[in-house]
Order: sequence, then C-alpha cells, then structure tokens
Amino acid sequence: MPFETLLGAWVATGLTLFILTFLYKDNPLFKLAEHLYVGVSVGYTVVKTYDTVLVRLIYMPIAEQGEWSLLIPIGIGILMLARYFPKVAWLSRIAFAFIVGVGSGLAIPRIISSFILKQVEDTVRPLFYAVEGGGVTFTVDLMDPASNLNAVVLLIGVVSVLFYFFFSVEHTGPGRAVARTGILFLMIAFGAAFGYTVMARMSLLIGRLRDLIVFADPQYGRPSLWLLLTTIGLLILWTTRQTERSPDGS
Amino acid sequence: MNFLRRQLPLLITFAMGVVFACQYYVPHPVSELLLTTVTKWLQIIGGFALVLGITSLFHLHAGKIRRKEPGWGYSGVLYASMVGTILVGLGYSFSFQQWILGKETIDGVRTMFGWIYTFMMVPLQGTMFAILAFFIASAAYRSFRARSREAAVLLVAAVIVMLGRVPLGEYLVPISGDATQWIMNVLNASVRRAILIGISLGAIALSIKIIFGIERAYLGGGRE
Repeated sequence: MPFETLLGAWVATGLTLFILTFLYKDNPLFKLAEHLYVGVSVGYTVVKTYDTVLVRLIYMPIAEQGEWSLLIPIGIGILMLARYFPKVAWLSRIAFAFIVGVGSGLAIPRIISSFILKQVEDTVRPLFYAVEGGGVTFTVDLMDPASNLNAVVLLIGVVSVLFYFFFSVEHTGPGRAVARTGILFLMIAFGAAFGYTVMARMSLLIGRLRDLIVFADPQYGRPSLWLLLTTIGLLILWTTRQTERSPDGS
Repeated sequence: MNFLRRQLPLLITFAMGVVFACQYYVPHPVSELLLTTVTKWLQIIGGFALVLGITSLFHLHAGKIRRKEPGWGYSGVLYASMVGTILVGLGYSFSFQQWILGKETIDGVRTMFGWIYTFMMVPLQGTMFAILAFFIASAAYRSFRARSREAAVLLVAAVIVMLGRVPLGEYLVPISGDATQWIMNVLNASVRRAILIGISLGAIALSIKIIFGIERAYLGGGRE
C-alpha cells in the first residue's frame, strides 16, 4: 500500500468523522473541518481559475496566436479591482456596466426562445391524434410523458400554477377553483422535490459510510475504528470542559 | 467628470444590451464571432471577479486574526489550507520534475494537488452535503405533519418519491417506481414549467429595466 494512499485514508476518514460530529452539536472538530473545507475549496478554485483563465484564455492565445485583443477584457477586469482605491472606485462601474449590459442583452432573446416559447410549445400539444383512414385516437398511457392524457394533465398543471401566481385577478368563483388546483400541483411538486433531495443526500451519505467501511480494513491500519474512538474521546473531553466552565450547561 | 461616473456606465450598459439582444437575430459569421469573442471575454473578466471575492475573504479573516476574535484560530486554519492548496496546485513538483499548474494527475500518477482533491475535498464536500439529509428529515418531521389537505398531499408525494428512488421501496410498494416516474415527469414537470415561465418573464422585465437604465442597483451606491 503506497504511503500517500494510506495517509489519504486516514485524512479522509478523520475529516468525514469530524463533519459528522455536527450531528451531536456544533463543536471545535466540526469547525476545524468546516474551515479546512472552505480553505481547500477556495484554493482549488483559484488554481483551476488560474489554469483556465490565465493560462488557457489569456497567456496561450496571446503568446501563441498573438490575440492582442484580449487586452481589452484584461483592462475591463483590472477596472473591477479599482473598488479597492476609493478615489478611482467609480471606474469599477464601467466593468460592471459592461458585464451587466452584455448579460442582459444576451438574456432577452435566449430566454424568450428557450424558456418561454419552447416551454409553451411543449405544453400546448395536440389533445387527439388523427389516425389514417379517419377518426381520432386518445392515448392514456400514464408512463409515456407524451401520451394525450399526460398532455392534458401537463396543460392543467401549467395553466393552474400560472394562474395561482397571477395576482392581478382576485381568486374568487371559478378562479378560486383554478388557483386551488394550482396549489395542489405545487404541493405535489414540492413534495417530489423534497423526496428527491432527501434521497440524493442519502446517496451521498451512503458513499461516505461506504468509504468508512472500506477504511476500516486492516490494510489501511483501521483508521475508521481508531479515529472514531479518538473523535468520541475528544468530544467527551470537550463536553466535560464545557460543562465545567458553565455548570448550568448553557 | 459626472458624465464619466454616472452617464458613461449607463451608456455602456445600453449599448451592450442592445447590441447583444440584436446579435441573436443576425445569422452572420461576424455576429457569431462577436458572440464567441464576448463569451471568452466574460470568462476572463469573471476571473478578475474571483480576485475580488478572495480578497474580501482574506480581508474578513485577517481582521478576525488581527483582533484575536473568538475562534480566530479557525481563520488561521482557513488561511493555511487555502495558501497550501494554491502552492501545491501551482508549485513545482520535484518528483515529477515539472510545474503542477492545476494538474491532478501526470501520466496517470496522482499529484499532491490530486491527493488534496481526492482525500480532502471530496470527503469534506460529500459529508457536508450528506449531513443535510438528517436536518432535512428532522425539519420534515416538524413541519410535514399533515395538518391540512395541502400538507398531506406534499407528504404523500414526498413519501412516494422517496420509496420509488430505492430498490427496497420498489420491493415493498411495487407501484412506487412507476408512480415516482409519473410524478417527476408529468406533475413535477408541469409545475417546473409554469415556474420557469414566470421566472423568465421576470428576468426579461429586469433585463429591459437594466438596459434602459431604470434599474441601477448593480452600479452600487456611494458618493461617486
């Protein structure tokens, strides 16, 4: 077993257990792991940004292809940093104006096309299909999202939820029934989103527990076992000291 | 000077907004090149925005350390781990005889930077998100009690989806898998679609307000 893998197993196990101690209560071990997480994540982002932006988007195009026009976004980017110098802080507004202006301009047609027209097109589908030789057919297969029955359900859902969020008309009479239907759809969707999120988190938890089981193997030196005992010991020590400091336990 | 500080940013926003809103409707190579170029530019400018964020983080924790606020040691841990990761990620590796420059593996061999990612970032991130499962479940217990018809509907939908996402659930309630598929693909999709349409209308309204200078909050306040 290479030393780096062995060390990695111990570090990964320790950090996993430190984070899990938060299930007991907020404590120094969790805080340590939490700050490590922020530090490592920021450091990782900086390194990746350096590689993507500075090397691949700036240095290589300028040095290898002579794309000197890239000095313009560099200049705009430097203007952003003017915020740190009060006398010229207003210069950063030019950079923000550029970003926000471009972003707004790009957003309008693309949102209309992808998020409004496309969504409406997918919602307003034929309720019946014509069959060869005359007549119509209505498919009721619930498992097929493209069936006619599901098309009707989708249409009712979209219209009722949109109506629920449309406050220019008072929700009374028939409008109340439509709004209530909208609430029903919303509740089902929130419930589904909740269930989906819980199971996704459970999947992550299973992954972490699986690692703890793997690292309990003697070939790694049983870090899961030893570090679990150490963590519990440290928590007991910390709780005892806390209780001694404030006998009322507050 | 007032023009440079107030009118010029609004003018730039207006010009850029109009140009890039129109760009979508011009199917010409020059127009496509303009889009490609500005997308690359935005990525570069985004890199500078990261500098702003990191400087702010440094400033916040430096203040905590300087004033020796309670828990200032954790700020030191944050500094050390951040600087350490940057040095390892950008530094020179004697074992590989080359600069690492963000490479997690070189010729299939894991670098120190890759080690930090595998044995520190992945476990920390995974566990941090995993413990949310407990808090969501605890919050659900308190808030999901079927006090009304709507809450009951939410609870039932959540239970069906949770059962339908695992083999055990499908084994216990065979219909839960299909029911989950239907809820996600039809009922949930219809609500997401309606919400997306609403958000889109709001985003378009906001973009128009920004382009025409009605919404100026992004320029910040201050005396300038």
